[in-house]
Amino acid sequence: MGGGVVIIGAGQAGLQAAISLRESGYGSSVTILGDESHPPYQRPPLSKSFLLGGIDADSLRLRPPALIDRLGIDLRLGTRASAIDRRSKAVVDANGVPVPYEHAIIATGSRPRLMSIPGSDRAAIATLRTVRDGYDLRDRLSTAKDIVVIGAGFIGLEFAAIARKLGCNVHVVEAAPRIMSRVISATTAEYVHNRHVRAGVRFSLGSTVSAVESRGDAAVGIHLSDGRLLKADLVLAGIGAVPNCEIAREAGLAVEDGILVDEHLLTSDPHISAIGDCARHPNAFSGSCIRIESVQNAMDQARTVAARLLGKAAAYGAVPWFWSDQGDLKVQIAGIVNGHDHSVLRGPTVEGAFSNFCFRSGHFVGVESVNRPGDNMLARRLLTTSRTLRLSDFEDCDFNMKALLGKVAERCAVA
Amino acid sequence: MARIVFVQPDEQVVEVDGRIGDTVMHTAVANQVQGIVAECGGSMACATCHVYVDDDWLGRLSPLSPGEGDMLDATASGRRENSRLACQIELTEHLDGLRLTIPDMQL
Repeated sequence: MGGGVVIIGAGQAGLQAAISLRESGYGSSVTILGDESHPPYQRPPLSKSFLLGGIDADSLRLRPPALIDRLGIDLRLGTRASAIDRRSKAVVDANGVPVPYEHAIIATGSRPRLMSIPGSDRAAIATLRTVRDGYDLRDRLSTAKDIVVIGAGFIGLEFAAIARKLGCNVHVVEAAPRIMSRVISATTAEYVHNRHVRAGVRFSLGSTVSAVESRGDAAVGIHLSDGRLLKADLVLAGIGAVPNCEIAREAGLAVEDGILVDEHLLTSDPHISAIGDCARHPNAFSGSCIRIESVQNAMDQARTVAARLLGKAAAYGAVPWFWSDQGDLKVQIAGIVNGHDHSVLRGPTVEGAFSNFCFRSGHFVGVESVNRPGDNMLARRLLTTSRTLRLSDFEDCDFNMKALLGKVAERCAVA
Repeated sequence: MARIVFVQPDEQVVEVDGRIGDTVMHTAVANQVQGIVAECGGSMACATCHVYVDDDWLGRLSPLSPGEGDMLDATASGRRENSRLACQIELTEHLDGLRLTIPDMQL
């Protein structure tokens, strides 16, 4: 067999790739290079419970160190990969040490997009991606009173909800006319917006930030383009993520807002795959080449590549799903709902829970839900079982997904 | 600490000690207990930490979380009377000795 697998990135995708390889019986060496010093950990709690102080970095660990050892995974923390030498098939680490591979998997993830306005070069604007960011924010939150969040995406809104819970004044500034405009429908966005407003979060939509005022490392105020000055002693920017593709680009791999891969998650080099946040791949659910920034995508892409390396190649076809906990709201998506042209809202219930069924050209593409986790699960199962559901199928069963699942199962049995 | 007894589908028994305040899911993953997948890391978004709780213990657990019932309906191994999501079971001193069976599959 010879050689081995070298994984660049010790995050959710990187570790899952290693674990899946070992669990499926891969016998050669498995090495992970990660630039962070913390052992692989889950990021979602960083914008939620971690900020409330109840848990520490250890609780975020994806797997205990003993298990990683037992599986014979060579995990090299605090070791950035600086280059890929494709000709000799070795990943070169920051110390110049070559780590040879039979196959390399790039799982470098993404990093927060940084603001580039006057004053933003100081440390005054926080971003949230890593455990270190989490600890820093936790500290700042303990004394902050006036918080400005730049960007009404998932990170920004999760953080805003926590900050409100802690009793801070929170003002969210968003350039688009509505919140979560990149991913969520206007229907769902409106409901979520109203709930945040009810919780006391203030919003300036269709507003841009023109400058940050700070005193040393501490923010003092945010200047908006309309002339207003918002008092702020803590500023968080959640304006999107940039894929970490530098190592791929420098190695001559095809890169364009992500490392380009085919449906098997193979890059332009047959010995190198890319997975997770950094991988732009053809997705059956969106019908286009996209990057998906989610835990599910990281884990399922890792599994797909591991399976291929063990002889079971298959196109990446896992149903995309996603969740965002914003205060009391569990916002979820099953499928890829971008570009839907029709939706049917069911709810809200008295408690404010609802699901929004999305269609494109009459085809079912997914469901957005707030506080209906069961609907999310059912939608995922529907998307797994059938790729040809239409609006009429839902109308026929009055949007009862359990009933529809039953019907689909029958159809498959008869076929 | 509270002792948790996990019974595997093949009837092998694994006993681990969990910290009071941690969830059963967290304890299982931290102790490498096979069969608890916990894809979403405890956010009640994936239903892959499904467990069957022994009848002796079922009544001592806090009630189902809002939405947990719907999630249990969607588990891979089928919901029973004694089904719970391990990420929703928080350990207390009264749960010392808690006994659970792990389903055949989570995915």
